[in-house]
Amino acid sequence: MADFKHKDIIALRDLTKEEIERLLTTAESMREINNRDIKKVPTLRGKTIINLFYEASTRTRTSFEIAGKRLSADTVNITPSSSSATKGETLADTALNLLAMKPDIIVMRHAVSGSHYFLSKKLPSCSIINAGDGTHEHPSQGLLDMLTMKDKFGRLDNLKVAIIGDITHSRVARSNIQGLTKMGSQVFLAGPPTMMPPGAELLGNVTVCCTMKEAIQDADVVMMLRIQQERQGKTLMPNAREYSRYFGLNPENIKLAKPDAMVMHPGPINRGVEMSSYVVDGDQSHVLKQVENGVAVRMAMLYHVCGGELE
Amino acid sequence: MAAEKTVILDGAGVRRALTRISHEILERNKGLANVVLIGIRSGGAYLAAEIGDSLAVIEGEKAAVGAVDITLYRDDISGQIPHLPVGKTEIPFSLEGKKVILVDDVLFTGRTIRAAMDALMDHGRPDSIQLAVLIDRGHRELPIRADFVGRNVPTSLKENVQVIFDSENKPVEVILEK
Repeated sequence: MADFKHKDIIALRDLTKEEIERLLTTAESMREINNRDIKKVPTLRGKTIINLFYEASTRTRTSFEIAGKRLSADTVNITPSSSSATKGETLADTALNLLAMKPDIIVMRHAVSGSHYFLSKKLPSCSIINAGDGTHEHPSQGLLDMLTMKDKFGRLDNLKVAIIGDITHSRVARSNIQGLTKMGSQVFLAGPPTMMPPGAELLGNVTVCCTMKEAIQDADVVMMLRIQQERQGKTLMPNAREYSRYFGLNPENIKLAKPDAMVMHPGPINRGVEMSSYVVDGDQSHVLKQVENGVAVRMAMLYHVCGGELE
Repeated sequence: MAAEKTVILDGAGVRRALTRISHEILERNKGLANVVLIGIRSGGAYLAAEIGDSLAVIEGEKAAVGAVDITLYRDDISGQIPHLPVGKTEIPFSLEGKKVILVDDVLFTGRTIRAAMDALMDHGRPDSIQLAVLIDRGHRELPIRADFVGRNVPTSLKENVQVIFDSENKPVEVILEK
């Protein structure tokens, strides 16, 4: 297997199939640490990780923080309410100021798509990990979703994965599309026409379906997306009840998928909108497994970007 | 780059060495009570399995066998090498109060053993750790010594000692490359 030689992890689009496999294999090994009494290894001792979150997050930020701490790095969290961004500082200035404190890795979430590429150019000496940028990518979520699928099926090729919901605004969907199609799985998308980007079929090797039924028919994985009210205007759907009726996952339509199909959701879940509580808490739900795998995947990402001898 | 290869231990030789190590382990620990074998990935883990089998034949009871991957405990990991793949550490039992036989294929600088001991300590507090190696090639950089040695092989720093395993992870031979 080829060595992982990237300084940054910004998008799964930038990684090869082999590099994704390497990250997942490392994550599988990292999992053992999370089940010990002493959940810590000395690997990143003396490294400083700054978690720079311009958007709200509980799961991802906590997960990156725990991942850093389990590898013995020092982690510092900066959130919008406590940062200078509210006082008008630009991203470039914030970045240069942080750099003066010599961090080794900056994990950033930002509302502007592609902002990490800008940051990476500004900070050539520091590794940048994307924890979600606008509507572009969310690579750690894509990787943890794939790890959860690999746990269940033992492979990532020839799976039928249905992704349902607000595709336009979903960076989770984009990362999963990039990753899964590279691994050789088929992705089917469905959502209200107002939430389907024009030219969605150009996102990669995907099939755009007109109805949810078509997409989840015989699916191995049904991935439900959150309705992102903070990113949408008010006009994308008439109301939550109507959305739920046509694009919500419930005990009835889930029967269209394969009997052992897994149900996933990146969280946070709007119960009763994209998924009924019955499904969220049902046997097929892997939502908490996803969160558990998140820590291991992020440990793998932090570990691999810290390697030296870059080309 | 045609390196000169010499076989320093053939298949039968490896088997005899492992059998003798097994007897020595039994003698030193007066049986297998509380003895566990932990191999260092990957060569040491294969050898730990072999020693485990051999102990079972001699003593008629089985010792628990685990494997430890030391990549995350290396002392040269910080920014000098592209990050190596991380193998799985599999120790599905508690080490509290156990006599751990740590198994490696080739003992060289001792840094791997240091890393492995740190890893084991993070899994609990064993009663003792004893070190079994198939080859001791010298050149220690840390105060570490093996309790059970298959063969002492004086080497120069330019040489390379390798234990060769077949596709079923059984040891085939030990070679010295110049």
